[in-house]
Amino acid sequence: MIVETGHFALVLALALACVNAVVPLIGHVARDGRLLRTAPPVAVMGFVFTAGAFAALTYAHVTSDFSLVNVIENSASTKPLVYKITGVWGNHEGSMLLWVLILAVFAAAVALASRGMPADLKALVLCVQSWIAAAFLLFILLTSDPFARVLAPPIEGQDLNPLLQDPGLAIHPPLLYLGYVGFSMTFSFAAAALIAGRVDAAWARFVRPWTLIAWIFLTLGIAMGSYWAYYTLGWGGFWFWDPVENASLMPWLAGTALLHSALVMEKREALKVWTIFLAILAFSLSLIGTFLVRSGVLTSVHAFATDPLRGKAILAILVFFIGGSLALYGWRAGTLRQGGLFAPVSREGALVLNNLLLTAACATVLVGTLYPLALEATTGQKISVGAPFFNATFVPLCVPLFLAMPVGQMLAWKRGDLLGACQRLFVAMLAGMAALLAFAAAKGAPVMSYCMAGLAVYALVGAFADLTRRIFAGGLGQAVSRAGVLPRSAYGTAIAHAGLGVTLLGLAASGWGQERILAMTPGQTTTIGPFEAQLQTVTQHAGPNYTASVAPTELRRDGRLIAVLEPATRFYPIRKMSRAEAGIATLGFGQFYESIATPSGTGKVDVKLFWKPLVTLIWIGALIMGFGGALSLSDRRLRFGIAARVRRVRPAAVPAE
Amino acid sequence: MSAARLARLCALLALLALPGAAHAVEPDEILSDPALEARARSISEGLRCLVCQNESVDESHAPLAHDIRVLVRKRLEAGDTNAQVRDYLVARYGQFILLRPPLELQTLLLWGTPLVVLLAGGAAAALAMRRGPGKSADAALSDSERRKLEEILQPRGPTAA
Repeated sequence: MIVETGHFALVLALALACVNAVVPLIGHVARDGRLLRTAPPVAVMGFVFTAGAFAALTYAHVTSDFSLVNVIENSASTKPLVYKITGVWGNHEGSMLLWVLILAVFAAAVALASRGMPADLKALVLCVQSWIAAAFLLFILLTSDPFARVLAPPIEGQDLNPLLQDPGLAIHPPLLYLGYVGFSMTFSFAAAALIAGRVDAAWARFVRPWTLIAWIFLTLGIAMGSYWAYYTLGWGGFWFWDPVENASLMPWLAGTALLHSALVMEKREALKVWTIFLAILAFSLSLIGTFLVRSGVLTSVHAFATDPLRGKAILAILVFFIGGSLALYGWRAGTLRQGGLFAPVSREGALVLNNLLLTAACATVLVGTLYPLALEATTGQKISVGAPFFNATFVPLCVPLFLAMPVGQMLAWKRGDLLGACQRLFVAMLAGMAALLAFAAAKGAPVMSYCMAGLAVYALVGAFADLTRRIFAGGLGQAVSRAGVLPRSAYGTAIAHAGLGVTLLGLAASGWGQERILAMTPGQTTTIGPFEAQLQTVTQHAGPNYTASVAPTELRRDGRLIAVLEPATRFYPIRKMSRAEAGIATLGFGQFYESIATPSGTGKVDVKLFWKPLVTLIWIGALIMGFGGALSLSDRRLRFGIAARVRRVRPAAVPAE
Repeated sequence: MSAARLARLCALLALLALPGAAHAVEPDEILSDPALEARARSISEGLRCLVCQNESVDESHAPLAHDIRVLVRKRLEAGDTNAQVRDYLVARYGQFILLRPPLELQTLLLWGTPLVVLLAGGAAAALAMRRGPGKSADAALSDSERRKLEEILQPRGPTAA
């Protein structure tokens, strides 16, 4: 009964989305305020129904209702409760439902939280968002219905893929989708602005919080996915340039460029063309990503479903929205009036360079991901475009970006002094050089590694250069009061940029990691780096829906016991699949990482040991970036959009004229 | 492991660029000569596992990946150079097995994308900035507009203060 209600709620949500797709548009054309004001309540109701449908599906999973095809294929009664809940989005149908739920969440958020936004802009934004929601709800109901039933329910389900039975599943998809789908909101804003014919600084001020929210979540989502792959796949890799990973990186690159572009638009009313284009691009890339993952068009470890019908449906949606938005842009391009002028060397100029580099990087990833497909379709030749290609093209684009980052922050608006900016970054450059030499001398790492490490330290220190200059501008005495007065977004900017430097440092440090691969017998000791690892006896252990072989290993340094690692391999009997569970010890910022292969029974265990110095910085940097973004978001100026309500001053009695 | 051997292994491992290295190499595959082993590892990382979903031969646990890893090591022990090993595999499995796309006429667009986008975008930006002042500068008033302006500024009749 609950499941049927959920199904019906989904249909109602589709109906409401259709209503909201049409009525505000009519209201805008006919200039009827009443029609415009229907948009927010309808959006909120749409959210309520979508949430109801999602709750019904979750209920079916939690109670192991095996009359639902979705539950049969992805659940088992022995699965732990947390994976029953998180497994709702561990498959195609459930994750599409999560997609539209988050679409509805953002629509409701804009409907409820955006005070000060003009009614027609808000109505148009919700209208475009409802177009997207309607398209995807139709897609779900017609091709990927999670509420499909079978007549003869089986006794037990097929269990969730063991690789997905992990806390990472609870965190990574929701964060990622909040990011991906968050960019639908910026897309809606851009389309609404084009429809209304008004693209100006006020619009940029309204759109920035939503861009920030989407960006923060996408950053955290990608980082969490990367960390999950790192500890679960058993060999310490965290980025594979897999098509699906690229599909999440591309919106991030476009979104970062959009964030910076909107900032320029807000301050100087320039770069309108870039900003609108990037807003359309970011969401288009999200849609392309959805298409790649779910159509079976590209091989990937991530791929959900390989159903051509679904692929064609998503392709149709993609063509409609991307083509439609570009057509809308072409039609309304005339209303984009030229904004503030600026010299090439200025903060705006630096942000144009930033946009250029990020767009080039994004284009590289896009072309690299789709090229094998395109080439095979046109010439029949099959090639691979893998990590070596991206390392050769993407990394060189990032270097000028990191070099320019602190410099751009130091330049003034409208007309900047390049030499002065560089002079003020003297400390940062010194720090970078010192780090480079220190790492080169101490670690004996490859040139690439310690050069990147130096660049990272330069970016990290340089991120705070502007902040410290503003705090100490009035001398040491005034520093504290100045620091209190500075807007939070200044701190947020510095911290977010510093976070990027931290991530780069972690990436650079992977060049001086060490590894050992060997077959060990219990009691045997091996050295790796400054550590000694001794394998203990292998034990067996049973979990709720698996059996595991655990190989405890004692880690010592100079004879002192530091940690006991517990790498394991688990076997899940329902799916007849096994997966590795890495043993990780975090020592400072580095990690000691161990994984084992299934013990063959000969007494020896195949062991892989890695010493990865500073590796946690990669993900800590992402957390810092997210924190910086959140700090910026909490800035009062952003939240209230326009000036705070002016206190009305009662005039003294006015003499009659 | 001696310090020199460890150092050489690290130095050759350093051929791996930034993203984390991934390994499915089994202990019994490892060659005794560390220089050859390091070469085998770096070649394996550039080879695609043909039966997997987007993994390299070095990362994959599939039986075919194991076979290719062993094959690479055999060729290296037979004295082939890195290029010869790759050509040997390409002759048998096609271009698809190389993770680094070849630089040839068909892949010119692929390799050229970063440069093309940078140049095109840079040119567009430069053009837009050069054209900028012309657009925003207001055109001179037309005759009818000038007349209207004079009319408005003209003092009117007796009620003017």
